[in-house]
Amino acid sequence: MHPAPSVIIFTVFTGLGFGYLVWLGIGMPFVLGMNAFFAFFVAFLLSVGGLISSTFHLGNPKNAYKSFSQWKSSWLSREGWLAVLTLLCAGLFAFLLIFLGKHTALLGYLSAVLAILTVAATSMIYIQIKAVPRWNHCSVFFYFMTISLAGGAILAGQTAAAIVLTMTAVVAQIAMWSIGDGRFAKAGSTIESATGLGKIGKVRLFEPPHTGDNYLLKEMAYVVGRKHAAKLRMLTLVFMGAVPIILLAIMPVSIFSTIIIVASHLIGALFSRWLFFAQAEHVVKLYYGR
Amino acid sequence: MTQLPQSTEKKLGLAIDLDTCVGCHACVTSCKGWNNENYGVPLSDSDAYGENPVGTFLNRVHSFEVQPEASGGCGSTAQTIHFPKSCLHCDDAPCVTVCPTGASYKRQEDGIVLVNEDACMGCGLCAWACPYGARELDSSSGIMKKCTLCVDRIYNENLPEEDRQPACVRTCPAGARHFGDFADPNSNVSKLVKERGGFELMPEQGTKPVNRYLPPRKKDSFDSNEFTTQPLTAISQEPKGFLAWLDNTLGKV
Repeated sequence: MHPAPSVIIFTVFTGLGFGYLVWLGIGMPFVLGMNAFFAFFVAFLLSVGGLISSTFHLGNPKNAYKSFSQWKSSWLSREGWLAVLTLLCAGLFAFLLIFLGKHTALLGYLSAVLAILTVAATSMIYIQIKAVPRWNHCSVFFYFMTISLAGGAILAGQTAAAIVLTMTAVVAQIAMWSIGDGRFAKAGSTIESATGLGKIGKVRLFEPPHTGDNYLLKEMAYVVGRKHAAKLRMLTLVFMGAVPIILLAIMPVSIFSTIIIVASHLIGALFSRWLFFAQAEHVVKLYYGR
Repeated sequence: MTQLPQSTEKKLGLAIDLDTCVGCHACVTSCKGWNNENYGVPLSDSDAYGENPVGTFLNRVHSFEVQPEASGGCGSTAQTIHFPKSCLHCDDAPCVTVCPTGASYKRQEDGIVLVNEDACMGCGLCAWACPYGARELDSSSGIMKKCTLCVDRIYNENLPEEDRQPACVRTCPAGARHFGDFADPNSNVSKLVKERGGFELMPEQGTKPVNRYLPPRKKDSFDSNEFTTQPLTAISQEPKGFLAWLDNTLGKV
């Protein structure tokens, strides 16, 4: 699948922002006044910035508001609703903390739950797609969730939780890769099943429908850079796993240390998300003999 | 709404005959011709005469080579099979349920899967959800395009009756495309599927496509053909008399 920068930035930054909102929602850290303003400013910058980025990959963004209409059947619509509800809830929670110095625990917990559900809905958008066997597995849910919560814990300065969650995220990531590598074969779609000609014999593409490119090939048969996958996986584990875990263990909590650790986490998460798309194979490639 | 109907009254679709398709791409051209100027925004081309021409099509013809299992004899010669592919109007269409805006829908009255272009935001998720590559996002308008089964032809009373079928079916010079109602067991397409063993594409994807493909008929093999087993007798005969002398003499010169 084509790794569109807008979607990579959206899922990584919004995931991080919502992960941070989970920790702020449950009062870890407990912030008031200017501290609360600063914390929620960062959380909103990440999540809203990511959401705005997601609209850049739309072909016809003027109809984006209509995406709230199909929450009964569409995970993308549900994600939209949950994101807006999270931001409203967390916004009110933050307003009360910043300007009235009032800590409304219930509102905080509610925004934390909504933030978790938003990340879950994001993962479901990919999990539901049967035509991309690598994504069509519950390990994708744990991958999205653990990265988001681990990044949030780093921003929230919850050192112990951040170490444990980063380790969990690494395990989830490795599990998703190793399960994902066998998913396409397991799904059972082949050029023979795609054409239904397997009963006659072995099928291969003789001529594609056209000599040039098309939307399907650009969007769903993306292969550029896949040969570097093994190196990128290592870089992901270093930046998203090893570096944050070591720095969390040895550096005392400060704004400076948090910025460095989050930067490393983000670089790793961006590598990881690029691979998430670039390595995902869509069954339509079979019709093009790929 | 992007919830699928429980069932549809009709199941309109195509039966595509892989035996008779000659791979001429006339269906591709007529489809683009009709749909470029009728239902919805046009099917754009970019860099049409340049180095990298790209365009939106609702129907494309692939060609495959099938090598039968080596069972001996000439029956195992590889076959070329032309393979037109457009939307299969699935009963369990995954492209419909993923749509967040309500633009994608499956009609209850005839089962046609359509895009309401006034509601499409061009997110492309439906194209991801379709295993068959039936949907293409038009790069010029940013709107998702797909086969409409020529919904603006099949019910169009302004057209002569013989034209009230999809453009691809109407134009096919080999008669390889058949349009009809798969819910009716006595329809032309249902009968064809029954007689010829019509099959669905990628059944493991669970989409329950309506369109069916009719497999290539069994090919002749030399073993079973009496005509080719008997050597032909020579028609030319040796000349006689004067011509024989002439032939002989000229041969020596």
